[in-house]
Amino acid sequence: MLSKGLKRKREEEEEKEEEKEALAVDTWWLDSDHPAVAQAPPAVASSSLFDLSVLKLHHSLRQSEPDLRHLVLVVNTLRRIQASMVPTAALPPVPSLPAAPGMADNLLASSDAALSASMASLLEDLSHIEGLSQAPQPLAEEGPQGRPIGGAPPSLGSLDLLDPATGCLLDDGLEGLFEDIDTSMYDSELWAPASEGLKPGPEDGSGKEDTPELKETELKDTELDYLMDVLVGTQALERPPGPGR
Amino acid sequence: MALNYHYHKVMEETADTFIEIFKGLQERFPNEIQTNKSHPHSRGEYNVYSTFQSHEPEFDYLKSLEIEEKINKIRWLPQQNAAHFLLSTNDKTIKLWKISERDKRAEGYNLKDEDGRLRDPFRITALRVPILKPMDLMVEASPRRIFANAHTYHINSISVNSDHETYLSADDLRINLWHLEITDRSFNIVDIKPANMEELTEVITAAEFHPHQCNVFVYSSSKGTIRLCDMRSSALCDRHSKFFEEPEDPSSRSFFSEIISSISDVKFSHSGRYMMTRDYLSVKVWDLNMESRPVETHQVHEYLRSKLCSLYENDCIFDKFECCWNGPDSAIMTGSYNNFFRMFDRNTRRDVTLEASRENSKPRASLKPRRVCPGGKRKKDEISVDSLDFNKKILHTAWHPSDNIIAVAATNNLYIFQDKVN
Repeated sequence: MLSKGLKRKREEEEEKEEEKEALAVDTWWLDSDHPAVAQAPPAVASSSLFDLSVLKLHHSLRQSEPDLRHLVLVVNTLRRIQASMVPTAALPPVPSLPAAPGMADNLLASSDAALSASMASLLEDLSHIEGLSQAPQPLAEEGPQGRPIGGAPPSLGSLDLLDPATGCLLDDGLEGLFEDIDTSMYDSELWAPASEGLKPGPEDGSGKEDTPELKETELKDTELDYLMDVLVGTQALERPPGPGR
Repeated sequence: MALNYHYHKVMEETADTFIEIFKGLQERFPNEIQTNKSHPHSRGEYNVYSTFQSHEPEFDYLKSLEIEEKINKIRWLPQQNAAHFLLSTNDKTIKLWKISERDKRAEGYNLKDEDGRLRDPFRITALRVPILKPMDLMVEASPRRIFANAHTYHINSISVNSDHETYLSADDLRINLWHLEITDRSFNIVDIKPANMEELTEVITAAEFHPHQCNVFVYSSSKGTIRLCDMRSSALCDRHSKFFEEPEDPSSRSFFSEIISSISDVKFSHSGRYMMTRDYLSVKVWDLNMESRPVETHQVHEYLRSKLCSLYENDCIFDKFECCWNGPDSAIMTGSYNNFFRMFDRNTRRDVTLEASRENSKPRASLKPRRVCPGGKRKKDEISVDSLDFNKKILHTAWHPSDNIIAVAATNNLYIFQDKVN
């Protein structure tokens, strides 16, 4: 077996599973002209690879100073895996969110949100590293007025669009930023960070949770809950995932 | 002593051990050291010449981050006098060190006692000429310049220019140009940071100046591309003069294609005509006049291609291996796992796998070539892929610029090998 360093139990089991599926993963990509083969097992293999990549991404983001190369490579690999898992839907690149909230694969959607939120927090952290001033306050004011950007990762837009004199956001810049993104997602609870690895956004989005979105939120919380437990090192497998916080 | 898996922590711990072992060596074994110094090849052994602490851990209070003291790169400056100069860098700060020898001491000063106390000039009745007396060799390392606060991201490369006056430093997103004499200013010559960090998909992995043309440098990326830039064309070299990329082989495409194409090291040949890049599975030699594909590709450990998923899972797929040329540019060398390293003869097209380990490295013993069995029936003396120790990785190797002497760093040991001397 490949030599390993300190390993959590879960990962050892996962790795054994993956050892068997490693070939399946690689060959599925090659045998794209065999749809019968491509359907059943590779979906499972890709899913575990997807989970592994998300885990790596979270782990990377939790570092005080993430290794940018590692992060970029993991994110790009995640994009490939994501693209292969839903090859028919025209997914915009990560971390942009899929356009239709009611996607068949809810887990995928919630993973996207988790991923996007993670990316958002990372990029915000990186912006802070850059020494650029952050201005969450102006955004918080904008939020309750019903602007779709209320729940959005504020720093991504604010970096480029701060008016140097006043430190407030420039209106037309914001419009330009979001004009080609379906903002219906921003109205949902999906952007509210639920794990400690993510930076808390403005509070305004929290009260807007609608019933149809609950299920996706639950699933997202479940997944983050699970990830959190794994990362913290508790016996996540024994504990059935609860319905979120 | 519990060593966790992290490679850099291991280096740190064993560096301390090394220092403890070699402290005071010069006082205890002056004769042996002198013998070795004059006839290093006769005993086939090397001893530590000097040890010094280059960087200390720092704390960035603004970002609440600890900056590790671990050294990422060391580069020697061309020697101009008796002293040696080198640049060493951690994630954020580059330092220029002067290493000089002192083996003589002046005695018989007029104005000072032997203990250094000043003598009263009126008490001096006779003048004498101080004489130089030999003393035990003392090697002094003194910091001459500190180049700080120019990098937001982690420095991965430094490269001294052929003009011997300037050098470049590269981090994940930017490359800066420095003058060796000036520490409070550097020029940014490459910036690939996107306006919106959301669009970040590629980082700089290595950079190097051309060995003869002081206006030319190259930098490699995490996507397996190399850009050659000419500083004469513009102040900010965001637009490359040449772009080197090998088209992806569609038959070997996988989820990990990008990660394994990420270039971990780029080195110009001594001649300046070629450059070599190291990605995860291979070493490629490029002719600077041909951008479309490399002129040579050497497989380092192709047997790992079917194991990429596991190597991704344990993060080994992100390991960064270096590579190097020999003096005449006829051979290249790079490291692998299980303390193996590989050498490729470009003329005869022959390659060899050797192992750097205590068991196989008695002084003056010849290294036996090793073979890895990719799968199936294992022949005698072969090692199967599954038995490889992926914690024993050789990331750093160096070849003497003119002799056939190589240095190989294997986690907590440094090996120096040379051609057999009879």
